[in-house]
Amino acid sequence: MTQPTTALSEEQVWFELGTIPDPEIPVLSLVELGVIGAVEVDGQAVRVALRPTFAGCPALHTMRAEIDDRLRRLGAASVKIDLELDPPWSTDDLSPEARVKLVAFGLAPPPTPIVRIDEILAAPRRCPNCGSSETEVRNEFGPTPCRTIHFCRSCRQPFEGMKPI
Amino acid sequence: MNPGLRASLADVLLALADDELILAHRDSEWTGHAPILEEDIAFANIALDELGHAGLWYRLVADLRGEDAERYPDRLVFHRPAGAFRNVRLVEQPKGDWAFTVLRQFLFDSAEQVRLKALADHPQASVAHTAAKILTEERYHLRHLQAWVTRLALGTPESGRRMQAALDQLWPLARQLFQPLSGEAILVEAGAWPASSALATQWQAAAMDFLIECGLTIPGQILPDESGRQIHSAHLEPLLSEMQSVARLEPQGEW
Repeated sequence: MTQPTTALSEEQVWFELGTIPDPEIPVLSLVELGVIGAVEVDGQAVRVALRPTFAGCPALHTMRAEIDDRLRRLGAASVKIDLELDPPWSTDDLSPEARVKLVAFGLAPPPTPIVRIDEILAAPRRCPNCGSSETEVRNEFGPTPCRTIHFCRSCRQPFEGMKPI
Repeated sequence: MNPGLRASLADVLLALADDELILAHRDSEWTGHAPILEEDIAFANIALDELGHAGLWYRLVADLRGEDAERYPDRLVFHRPAGAFRNVRLVEQPKGDWAFTVLRQFLFDSAEQVRLKALADHPQASVAHTAAKILTEERYHLRHLQAWVTRLALGTPESGRRMQAALDQLWPLARQLFQPLSGEAILVEAGAWPASSALATQWQAAAMDFLIECGLTIPGQILPDESGRQIHSAHLEPLLSEMQSVARLEPQGEW
């Protein structure tokens, strides 16, 4: 396989990471999800600071493998991925554009900003299917660590939400 | 941080990591067996969270010992004998009934809150950041478990009876959570660890208030079991032999 020998730029790396979909919410890229904390490039050596969503999220392994693979294809000779916990990843970091994409994907966006978790969980989420706010939380734990399960009393359908953290 | 303190810090963090790992394993035993589907999902998530938290602490242990943070945690988890684990006996007990599971998780999570809040101010940034990260996730656990303890303790005579039986069995075991850790003394002296005795007082007051409000009776004066974290019940070995069986078949294997 031929590798480009020119040095990479940080912009190139950010752009590439912006095209990697989140393994569980593929409408968002890793950059949109906010898990990329920093990128450092030194010639063909790249360091990426990865901010885990939930520490036990099984998708972290997939993300790491995908980042490594894509940056090597881009021409990186070495890729170092460090876990970064400061500041901890928060759903408050999701952009307004990302929230719109979540609704289209059928996932109620997390309320923001998170001040008190009790209050934020008590506030009803808008149903991504019919737009009603006549909804209730059915389970604060869902099919992935970052999701909650809700029920809409208007369209009588269950739906999932992104867990505010 | 001098080498002596680093080594001690690694030892105390290993104890926290082992607690999370073994509890995660016990919680995971409910997957496919929980009383209702919602709880099957919830406990699978809680197990996964605790496993993730164990992973964060194991990484710090690796860093402090100058080991590879990607590989060393697997060695600690899959290739140590029971006698080298530093978890409390509380977490290795078989999962029991639903009351036992819910109450154990509540006792553990409420104790963890107290410890994590103290560690969030740790002078070593990596420790403080890890504690802060875990705290953001743990809010969900504590809410969930408090709701279940209330529901069962104040539910039917049968659910209340089971909760009291669980408390009678778990309370003495839970006290080991804040027994001073081996290696803690020099760290406390250096301002690099919160003294377990101070945390114990804080936790017991909060936990007792909540349990009494739920109509439960705190077991009377019992002689605490003073044996340390190197002593395990007969339940840890079978747990580890199951958890480690695949890794031990192919110690050099990669997956």
